Amino acid sequence: MNGFSRTKYTARAQRNNRLATIGFYTLGALVMLLIFWMLFTILSKGLPSLRPDFLIKNTEEMDAGGGIGPVLFNSFYILFISLLISIPLGIGAGIYMAEYAPDNKFTGGLRICVEALSSVPSIVFGLLGLAIFAEYFDVGLTILGGGVSLALLNLPMLARVTEEAIRAVPGEIREAGYALGMTKFHVIRTVVVPVALPAIVTGVCLVAGRAFGESAVIILTAGLSTSGEMWDFNLFSPGETLAVHLWYVQSEAIVEDAKQIADKSAAVLVFVVLLINFAFRFPLWLGNRRRGR
Amino acid sequence: MGAPVHNLASRVKGSVTEVTADSKRHGRHLLSNTIFKYYFLFSILALCFVLGLVIIFIGKTALLLFGHISPADFFLSFNWTPEDEAFGAAAFIVNTLSLTAITLLIAVPISVGMAVLCAEIAPVWMKTFIRPVLDLLVGIPSIVYGYLGLTVLLPFLRQISGQSLGDGLLAAALVLALMVLPTICRISDDAIVSVPRKYRDAAYALGSTRLQVIMRVVLPAASRGIISAVILGMTRAVGETMAVVMVIGNTPQLAKTLFTPTSVLTSNIVMQISNVEFDSTWNYALHMMAFLLLIISFVLILIIRILGRKRRDAA
Repeated sequence: MNGFSRTKYTARAQRNNRLATIGFYTLGALVMLLIFWMLFTILSKGLPSLRPDFLIKNTEEMDAGGGIGPVLFNSFYILFISLLISIPLGIGAGIYMAEYAPDNKFTGGLRICVEALSSVPSIVFGLLGLAIFAEYFDVGLTILGGGVSLALLNLPMLARVTEEAIRAVPGEIREAGYALGMTKFHVIRTVVVPVALPAIVTGVCLVAGRAFGESAVIILTAGLSTSGEMWDFNLFSPGETLAVHLWYVQSEAIVEDAKQIADKSAAVLVFVVLLINFAFRFPLWLGNRRRGR
Repeated sequence: MGAPVHNLASRVKGSVTEVTADSKRHGRHLLSNTIFKYYFLFSILALCFVLGLVIIFIGKTALLLFGHISPADFFLSFNWTPEDEAFGAAAFIVNTLSLTAITLLIAVPISVGMAVLCAEIAPVWMKTFIRPVLDLLVGIPSIVYGYLGLTVLLPFLRQISGQSLGDGLLAAALVLALMVLPTICRISDDAIVSVPRKYRDAAYALGSTRLQVIMRVVLPAASRGIISAVILGMTRAVGETMAVVMVIGNTPQLAKTLFTPTSVLTSNIVMQISNVEFDSTWNYALHMMAFLLLIISFVLILIIRILGRKRRDAA
């Protein structure tokens, strides 16, 4: 035998290979098409008929022409409260796991805790919030309850993205800091965190985007109604958010233009989530490009 | 940690004020170092405390159930009529399991295929396009998936199947499959990328085609990572609530066909929890269902950990 000969077996293998390659590309194209078609459907149904006053007008129970003012405000307000609680704790926990945690059984236990907490279904956090705020403290369904429960849901994810971001910082620059006689915290504050900041901000944006659209927790802890006023900063008013409102108008509302409201609410919801995901990361991306990375 | 170098330097110069100013600053640094060390420890302990809260609050209420009805009545009976004090959750448990199974049946081939495309086949520009788009899919709220399922998927299913409603396991599984797709895909992608290059080179050197390399070398080598990805997708499918509620029909009965309006653990909890008294058997039963969800997720996470440890040992 000299060299390779093209047998029946190799011919079949090559044909399968070509078919499979075509198959994989087709699959990829179909999935991408599905995703873009989905985004297009949501946005094109709602955005063209969207008027600015829809975003600030009060919701209506009986008449057509209601807006989403209070629920949109509540969405941002609850998101703000939840981030206010979860960012310091989540980032602190992430820093501990990446910088301080010694390699022993105790740390292993902590790690299991974080993983277990991040696997808890959101509906369970809803039940927890309900048990704490509606039953234990007896304040009913409130913005505060929604914000705190949402914060609990965010915590493990924030801890994980922070830990990953900080672990990705090269060890040499830490050592350079220690060599100058800096304390551990001083190194973390002035060297490690600034380097890891873009990754941390990206993670926080992902978490915030998810929290903005979260509904199972909010339904159980903040309720299905609003106080009916715009700019209601009272922590103890009921706090229906935009995501919950979308569910409400789809399933229970009796207004005649429920379908239009749902279309527009969904478009606004997706638009804001995309905005949170991209707008906040854009300056960082720009900065990276300028630095030539 | 010893005295910082700059402190000694100033002492050599002999200026008293400099020494006190510097040592003050040094003291401040040491103080903040200690304070923040404990703050970081406190944060992680707070996380564990939250986990404890979840288990205690849900578990405490859930276990009250067995003071009213026997575990056999709850786990083995298919009869859920709270009005007649019949709390058989077997139908929900079976439905949850079959919904997860159907979801994975649809999602796993597609996601792993996408992962292979991303990691092995596609040119670089296509990878840098596909990966962010999949991340985008993760960010879309679950309620929007449910809304799309309700307004687009259900009419479509009615049309092609001739059913009058279209609600049921199939609709829910299709929606869920789209939701877990990015999760499974991205983690499998990472697992495939981390397969050492030399394995591939060796297989190519033996004259394998790319398909043979993928099927016989890369996928087996990445199998543990891919299984972890699938299990992570499972945890998402089991715990997903709002998207499922909107398309599953919300009728407490066993799903005998793909188009039977039915209910799973999560959807039943969210539909009924607001109607019940805190001190009722009904409420305890719903909490027991939540506790069950909790246990399922913990078991799945445990499996992922064991797989991960084995993978590290093998490497």
